[in-house]
Amino acid sequence: MIQFDPQMLLAGQYHDMLVAGFKMSLQYLFYGLCLSLPLGLLIALCRLSPFKLLRAFGTSYVEVVRSIPLLAHMLFWYFGVPEMLPTALKEVLYESPVESICAVLAISVYVAAYMAEDIRSGIRAVPAVQLEAARAIGLSYVQAMRLVILPQALRLTVPPLISQTLNLWKGTSIATVIGAAELMYEVGQVESQSFRSFEAFAFASVAYLTVSLVITGLASWFQHRYPVRTM
Amino acid sequence: MLELIDKYWLYFLIGQYPGGPLGGLVLTLILASLGLLLSLPLGLALGLMRVSPWRWLRLPVTGFVYLVRGIPLLMVVFWAYFFLPSITGVKTNQFWTMLIALVVFDAAYLAEIVRAGIQGLPKGQMECARALGLPYLKAMRCVVLPQALRHSLPSLVNQFISTIKETSLGYIIGLTEVSFIANQINTLAFTKPVEVFGILGLTYFVLCFGLSRFAHWVERRMARQGLGGRISTKPAA
Repeated sequence: MIQFDPQMLLAGQYHDMLVAGFKMSLQYLFYGLCLSLPLGLLIALCRLSPFKLLRAFGTSYVEVVRSIPLLAHMLFWYFGVPEMLPTALKEVLYESPVESICAVLAISVYVAAYMAEDIRSGIRAVPAVQLEAARAIGLSYVQAMRLVILPQALRLTVPPLISQTLNLWKGTSIATVIGAAELMYEVGQVESQSFRSFEAFAFASVAYLTVSLVITGLASWFQHRYPVRTM
Repeated sequence: MLELIDKYWLYFLIGQYPGGPLGGLVLTLILASLGLLLSLPLGLALGLMRVSPWRWLRLPVTGFVYLVRGIPLLMVVFWAYFFLPSITGVKTNQFWTMLIALVVFDAAYLAEIVRAGIQGLPKGQMECARALGLPYLKAMRCVVLPQALRHSLPSLVNQFISTIKETSLGYIIGLTEVSFIANQINTLAFTKPVEVFGILGLTYFVLCFGLSRFAHWVERRMARQGLGGRISTKPAA
């Protein structure tokens, strides 16, 4: 029978390692969100813009990024991208925590494609006459977007965006392939040092699940608090 | 780049196959297809339980779905890696570990697709079938499911795309699927990471983008046949 020893999870070096990993994962979530939200919005606006070139760029970004698994993104950003940088920049990068930077970039680029789709469908759900009316009373295209369309689209967009945040959270676990010291990586470390796989896995599962449930709860709270207004 | 392709294309496609274990792109495809095929019946069963009127059936499955959807696939893979040997008593290899993790993980997602398909149907379908005297299970089997599953067909293709992308996690437990092979090639070629991982990305893109076009085509075709809409409303008079 497998022994479960909660003591090692509550105190001691393994506890510290796991908690450090958990904090690191939360940081990835935070920075990932800070990067992917504006990027996603930008791509969505590209896809909806009246210029053909921007539209083509937005569409190909979304299609290409979504078709490639996050793991391949990670490998590319970690092994490939630094090679393309000029030497001076490369040295700066290798002095900073390069795994974390690459992991956050890869996750942000990946999740931004999904967010762009959610934002786009939210914007498209706002009837076209809203834009036409806003233009007719003299607002510029950008103004009409900012003042009329986006506030309405927001109520439709936030719940799917929150579930993309959930994907972002789960995606942080893949950063372990490039050796970023997030929760999954620390679990592997603890397991190989102490052979207490059960405890380490249980800790990580509970940690992931807790944050996921909080995010899910947030989505349903938002839907309840800010229901979509019929237009 | 051409030199790279020329040298490693066979390794990329099938791994060390004739001389060693099958790997590469072929293994990715086999794993994804098997994973989806095996998780279909499980996902269907879980989806049915999730909408069943009996609470003792509904609650545990709802808990399971929430649990699996709340943790990353990597966590499921690690659990499978850890638990399977202690349950079965034999050391399971990477392929079976990954396959079982995929089946469990996909089943939870498929259950949600099935549930959405069933709940997307108008309630009247079930009520009518019951009113005609069909028992619950028969009404489900003969009336509700055929319509619900047809609606979730595009979602199923999308789930297959996700499954292909998920197999890349086999890399972490040392399964020789296409990402792992790409990393091996990167080590062998040593100076061309951009090209190697670019080709890897391109391979996934061709595969998944093709399938997603296929999903669109299915959806459009169904819409043309009048099967895409939730209900075909006829004018009253």
